[in-house]
Amino acid sequence: MVRFENVGMRYGAGPEVLRDITMDLAAGSFHFLTGPSGAGKTSLLKLMYLAERPSRGLISLFGRDIATTPRRELPAIRRKIGVVFQDFRLIDHLSAFDNVALPLRVAGLGEEQIHEHVTELLRWVGLADKLNARPATLSGGQQQRVAIARAVIGRPSLLLADEPTGNVDDEMALRLLRLFEEMNKLGTTLVIATHNEALVTRFGHARLHLENGELTQLRARERQAG
Amino acid sequence: MLRRRLDIPLNRDGSVRFLPWIIALMVYLAGLALSGTLVLQAALDHWNRSLTGTLTVQVPPAEAGAPDPLPAVLALLRGTPGVVSAEPLTRAATAKLIEPWLGSALTPEELALPRLVDLRIDPAAPPDLAALRTRLAAAAPGAALDDHRLWLDRLAALVMSIEATALAIVALIGGAAVLTVVFTTRAGLAVHHAVIEVLHLIGARDGYIAAQFQRQALELGLRGGLVGLLLTVLTLVGIGHAGAATALFGEDVRLLPSLRLALWQWPLLAALPLAAAVIAMLTARFTVLRALKRMP
Repeated sequence: MVRFENVGMRYGAGPEVLRDITMDLAAGSFHFLTGPSGAGKTSLLKLMYLAERPSRGLISLFGRDIATTPRRELPAIRRKIGVVFQDFRLIDHLSAFDNVALPLRVAGLGEEQIHEHVTELLRWVGLADKLNARPATLSGGQQQRVAIARAVIGRPSLLLADEPTGNVDDEMALRLLRLFEEMNKLGTTLVIATHNEALVTRFGHARLHLENGELTQLRARERQAG
Repeated sequence: MLRRRLDIPLNRDGSVRFLPWIIALMVYLAGLALSGTLVLQAALDHWNRSLTGTLTVQVPPAEAGAPDPLPAVLALLRGTPGVVSAEPLTRAATAKLIEPWLGSALTPEELALPRLVDLRIDPAAPPDLAALRTRLAAAAPGAALDDHRLWLDRLAALVMSIEATALAIVALIGGAAVLTVVFTTRAGLAVHHAVIEVLHLIGARDGYIAAQFQRQALELGLRGGLVGLLLTVLTLVGIGHAGAATALFGEDVRLLPSLRLALWQWPLLAALPLAAAVIAMLTARFTVLRALKRMP
């Protein structure tokens, strides 16, 4: 599903923020991505959701080598990926409904289907009464739930979330993680970047740990296996 | 079609606020240049039509004591195949022609003015003008045949150079409009970069994003173009009224040539706003597509 081989990444002419990342995430797997601030979690996610290109190495998503995939075919790959951005990236002038509807509209779904799916999902995340609210009028936690709804509305094959529980209370965090688990059971591959050790421990899924731009945990495991 | 929801808030963008007015001004200038060209072309056609089939023969006055050559010239002309009529201008009419310059104190006889013969020929079977000139010279030495060609050719050359200048102005205005839309679109891309990036990352095709810009440009271009067309029409009507026939010294005098466009020329003028809108739309589309290619 997601394969990285000796991937390195730098921004412009700066130092490498990711070094020698090699990993192979199976379809239907659930990983927490952990590590201290500045370790490169967001950069790793950016490579996975095709917001950045690696400076070296090979990235393969859904069996396609990204470097050799024609540009016109990348939108279709992106539509299989749901992303919860750390800063939500909601579109200010659109209502909660329209923000969540965006991936479906981009995919060309009919308005009737869009209305049905979006309304149902916003009700599920507890925002049934906020359909027409603009992001600026929502609390941080509500904005985060809209961002999560937007990421999952298209039933993505790969869901990437950058600190998705950072602005919600414990109860909502658990509820969202259960939503992610439900999606995982339906076959969605998940990578959740988080600082919340309690959640990582509680849900007990596999962990990718980054330190100074390197995947340390995997290397340790590889060493143990070797 | 034009009121569809925009994912990118381009309609709130300050950078496009003046675009319709800039396009209106450009369409106005292009409209004036184009209508000037069309009017000149129509005038040239009119002169061409009215002078085709008419010639003027100039017969010099007789030498002292010699017989008047006019009857012989008239007989020659009327006997030439292809000549429909040959009518000499009366001395009174000739005197009226020179009256504005010389007054009425002197008569054509005193001035020894040449006699003019108005010749109408059959455009379908015109006479051989070179042969006619030779025979005229033999019948009345010094007689000249003027087919107005020299005057028309010079007029046509003048009109064509004015038309070429006007069309160059229209092309320059089109170029300026393209550059304006390019800069406005680039400003829009910069202002809305964050939203565009989100659309890009959730899988929007470049065409989906470009469609939002092109729809906006089409709407603004059409709005500005229609204002520009309205201003053009008002100006043409205004100039037409100003140049209308005026009673001057007891006669109806037109201060300006007729500025009326032919029926077939109005659609050309009316197509200007549409052309401006389509140019704006295509420019916006290609500018956005080009910019998006730089995204991963």
